[in-house]
Amino acid sequence: MLYTLLCYNDELMTSAWSDEKDAEVMACLGAVHAKYKKQFGPVVRLMPTTAATTFRKDENLVIDGPYAETKEQLLGFHVLDVENLEQAVQIVRELSEANPGGAYEIRPIMLFYPDGASVPGPTVKDG
Amino acid sequence: MVDLPDPGWIESKLVAARPRAVAALLRYFRDLDLAEEAFQEACLRALTKWQENGPPRDAVAWLILVGRNVTLDHVRRQSRLTELPDEQASSDREDVEGTLVERLDGSHYRDDILRLLFTCSHPELPTTQQIALALRVVSGLSVRQIARAFVVDERAMEQRITRAKARIAQAGLPFEAPGPVERAERLVVVGAMIYLIFNEGYSDASPGSQRGALCEEGIRLARLLLRLFPSEPEMMGLLALMLLQHARRRARFDAQGSLVLLEQQDRSLWDQTVVGEALAMLDKAMLHRRPGPYQIQAAIAALHARAKQASDTDWAEIDQLYAALERRTPSPVVTLNRAVAVSKVRGPEAALEMVEPLGAQLAGYFYFHGLRGALLKQLGRSKEAGEAFKRAIGLAGTAAEAAHIREQLDGLG
Repeated sequence: MLYTLLCYNDELMTSAWSDEKDAEVMACLGAVHAKYKKQFGPVVRLMPTTAATTFRKDENLVIDGPYAETKEQLLGFHVLDVENLEQAVQIVRELSEANPGGAYEIRPIMLFYPDGASVPGPTVKDG
Repeated sequence: MVDLPDPGWIESKLVAARPRAVAALLRYFRDLDLAEEAFQEACLRALTKWQENGPPRDAVAWLILVGRNVTLDHVRRQSRLTELPDEQASSDREDVEGTLVERLDGSHYRDDILRLLFTCSHPELPTTQQIALALRVVSGLSVRQIARAFVVDERAMEQRITRAKARIAQAGLPFEAPGPVERAERLVVVGAMIYLIFNEGYSDASPGSQRGALCEEGIRLARLLLRLFPSEPEMMGLLALMLLQHARRRARFDAQGSLVLLEQQDRSLWDQTVVGEALAMLDKAMLHRRPGPYQIQAAIAALHARAKQASDTDWAEIDQLYAALERRTPSPVVTLNRAVAVSKVRGPEAALEMVEPLGAQLAGYFYFHGLRGALLKQLGRSKEAGEAFKRAIGLAGTAAEAAHIREQLDGLG
């Protein structure tokens, strides 16, 4: 089953980290990745929300800033291929110990191939 | 089971919350010292309460509420309540927590933080006091840390901050909500102050120096403002500019701590993550088509960042950008910087011609004599070059600057 782990945290806090602190946290997360090499797919770290631009479809407007003004921001995501949700939760626990604070949203992935190509889908289907 | 936060986590949360909480408390108490004390009290309580009960849902609102209540208690007990304006005191007693939390969202936050920063950038304060005050009150650096950054002793720094506060209290604080024009003006003043903080760090951000933290603080404040005022292209430009300069921090000093000029820097040491964010910010700013001095300076820095090696630098474009900057904000320092680009595009003779007339205005400026010396050296006028370098050394603000010129002087043979 493919999942994304969406990482949320208070950006004001994470962006106040020193270089050393940032490197330390990344190293801790890296250790979890090393442990679950087979399960982890791509990881994306997002730039601060100040760098974001949002296109509002209804108003046909380009506006500065992220889509959602929240107390905690979406800071990045991991892609995870695991047997089941239980294993995903286990890995999330270990990531949380490496980097406390905020939350992870564990969201199953659906794949979309715009060209209709037949590519292997998620390892486990519903039902 | 509730996961209880560790002290390190609480501390970084408190650091992150400080500007917003102190800003709101300042609106409430209308007194910098009281606002600071209130925040301090709230932090002390947070350290125990959050470890016992877990962190609150909204840390900033919690700190403001607790800080306000505790301090009000103190004030009442010392029967100093009468010192608060009547209207303020009566309306606040009816205040319920809900409305306060509600009021903290949106525009209040924005204007509170802007007011706090604007207060620290009071035009009557000398710039050194502005910076010291902002670092103390907004960023929460200890007097000791600030004193170390400025290389003065702690008592002197304490006095400097006390004097600054007294002066602000005398001048009165701007508490009415600003109109759009005023808000824009305040942003300009505050932007300049943030850049001062950054530059104070940048002038000597050698690895052994304590000043590097000031660069990070400047960047943090710019990010904070940009989150509150997301559509200000000049604030984006300022952030991009600081990020681009900060990205070079590891390449700016060699193992001996001497300054390495941009052209000689090992570009593989430039922090590409930071460069990436800066280029994205600048790109975003340009979409607004409202250029300004910070955006132009960031665009210049971006051209350096985009050059894989020094010889790839698009000096002609940099010359053009400096020309645009000269038109907008004419200053001998801008012309001096442009002369560097001109020396690359049209040679040292043309650059020297541009530099010589600035002598009267920039006689006391380190970089003027440094650049003049370098241009004279290129033209083979060693004797004059030597004199210029010696004047530069006499004006050097840091050991690194002096050492760099001394090397050039030695190179004259």
